[in-house]
Amino acid sequence: MDTRFWLIQAFNGVSYGALLFLVGSGLSLIFGVMRIVNLAHGSYFLLGSYVALSVIWTTGSWLLAIPIAGVAVALLGLVMERIFLRPLGFDPLRQVLLTVGFALLFQQAALDIWGGDSLDIIPPAALRQSVVIGGLYLPLYRVFMIGIAATIGLILWLGIEKTRMGAAVRATVDDAEMARGVGIDTSRISMFIFALGALLAGLGGVIGGAFLGVYPGLDFQILPVAFAVVIIGGMGSLGGAAIGALIVGLADNFGKALFPEVSYFTLYAPMVLLLAVKPTGLFGRE
Amino acid sequence: MAVAGLLIALGLITPYTNSFLILLITRALVLAILAMSLDLLLGFTGLASLGQAAYLGVGAYLTAILATKYQFGLGWSFWLVIVFAILIGAATAAVFGLFAMRASGVYFLMITLALGQCVWGLAYRWNSLTGGDNGINLPRRPAFGIQLADDVTYFYVVFGFFVLSLLLLYILVESPFGRSLVGIREREVRMRILGYNTWLHKYVAFVIAGGFGGLAGVLWAHANGQVSPEDVVLTTSVDALLMVVLGGPGTLVGGAIGAGIVVFMREYLSTLVPWWQYALGGLYVLTILYLPGGVLGIPERFRQSGALFINRRIKR
Repeated sequence: MDTRFWLIQAFNGVSYGALLFLVGSGLSLIFGVMRIVNLAHGSYFLLGSYVALSVIWTTGSWLLAIPIAGVAVALLGLVMERIFLRPLGFDPLRQVLLTVGFALLFQQAALDIWGGDSLDIIPPAALRQSVVIGGLYLPLYRVFMIGIAATIGLILWLGIEKTRMGAAVRATVDDAEMARGVGIDTSRISMFIFALGALLAGLGGVIGGAFLGVYPGLDFQILPVAFAVVIIGGMGSLGGAAIGALIVGLADNFGKALFPEVSYFTLYAPMVLLLAVKPTGLFGRE
Repeated sequence: MAVAGLLIALGLITPYTNSFLILLITRALVLAILAMSLDLLLGFTGLASLGQAAYLGVGAYLTAILATKYQFGLGWSFWLVIVFAILIGAATAAVFGLFAMRASGVYFLMITLALGQCVWGLAYRWNSLTGGDNGINLPRRPAFGIQLADDVTYFYVVFGFFVLSLLLLYILVESPFGRSLVGIREREVRMRILGYNTWLHKYVAFVIAGGFGGLAGVLWAHANGQVSPEDVVLTTSVDALLMVVLGGPGTLVGGAIGAGIVVFMREYLSTLVPWWQYALGGLYVLTILYLPGGVLGIPERFRQSGALFINRRIKR
């Protein structure tokens, strides 16, 4: 256990955290605006991977797969929100239960279309190399993951903090009723945020597919991890999602490396403690 | 009455079906116990738990570990294992409840999910105790005068436990305690003003549900002959929630009907048609959209629309 071990593990943790940020930030935004937990969020992630695979198979372009998969999943989210979630009004429990039903439907659809085999998204050769920094071999793909998550995080932050639309989103997160009162169309905000969250999960799927593999069941595996991110960071907080993703990424990596027998326990037990002490997470507001 | 009739019919007819169906019905009855325990929380107390599989898991793993490591619970001691499993399920819920009861609504859902994941994480990774990914194979079913290895005999044992659970839970929800749970579901603040210790009520309901989950765990372990992390995975908890919502929350029997529907679709329909999960998912989505009362809410729904129809005609 020398410094190299710690540095490599920390780097791996941060890059996994970058991926988790993409999944977690969408989940967090959706909760902030609509007060629901989207249990189909893992399905969006998996569908993003699968659509990317199809694009790569037909066009051969990995670069093209990223936007197409993102937009396809965003459209799916948009339709789901408009046609099924919105008519339930503001009844969070029923909406949550409904997302479970969709998770099952998506699972079956993915199995029908893409089969049950474990697949892999192969990034371009340029990203399959390693860079050497201070004697450490760092896979370039992981560096790319950190870069893209940071870029997306920055865009999201600017969008939410600096634009008019962003102000409306923040108002809805703080107090939806009051926001409606001052003339903000919260229904449209919900639609927009749900689609955005789906987009982020879809992007996460494309990028994570090269890293985790693409296989049936991945949806319900990534879901609780994304939850951990959101819960630790606090629902509806973008900065919280970033910190939460870092913490979970690091905890997961060090947990597996240091205490393999209880590694998942080391991830979820702190989450329980945090939820019990401060249900709104580290950065969430009441 | 209708319930009693159905139960008697089920008890009489099942042994004459084929062996596959007997096993299927046995499994459905075990999961029905789990679903009813969840219904106590979801339907009667208004607490949507997404970690109910955890209690089934601790019960099942206890049974498997005792049987393989200590050869315990394969004779008359089976009954002791039942008691232990109920106690360990309740004890786990007693610990978990201390955390979970601090949250409500969607936060409760997430904290129970996290708690369930803690149990799953241990089952999956704690190789020396749980066998990790492979799980544990049980040597055989208990025998004490009667051979539980016989599927029909085992069906009757499970059937007995199911009827007993249904009765106990029914008595519970009809008791003043159960009525106050419903009061908490409807309006917790008012109940608190009336002087009820709502925290304690919810906590006790949570612990009782855990106990029934532990019982289901023993029966589940022996029904399958093995336990694995698959039994405690998130989707099992989701399944339990599905059963309650499909059958009708707040009815107890609804959970059992839901368990029947889910098990039938998942294990029987899936052998016949490839699109069974569309049917399950679609049924589920439609239930939530149009039948908040589940399958058992259908008669009520008809009565309402009938009344509406008559009203309209009167108005004309």
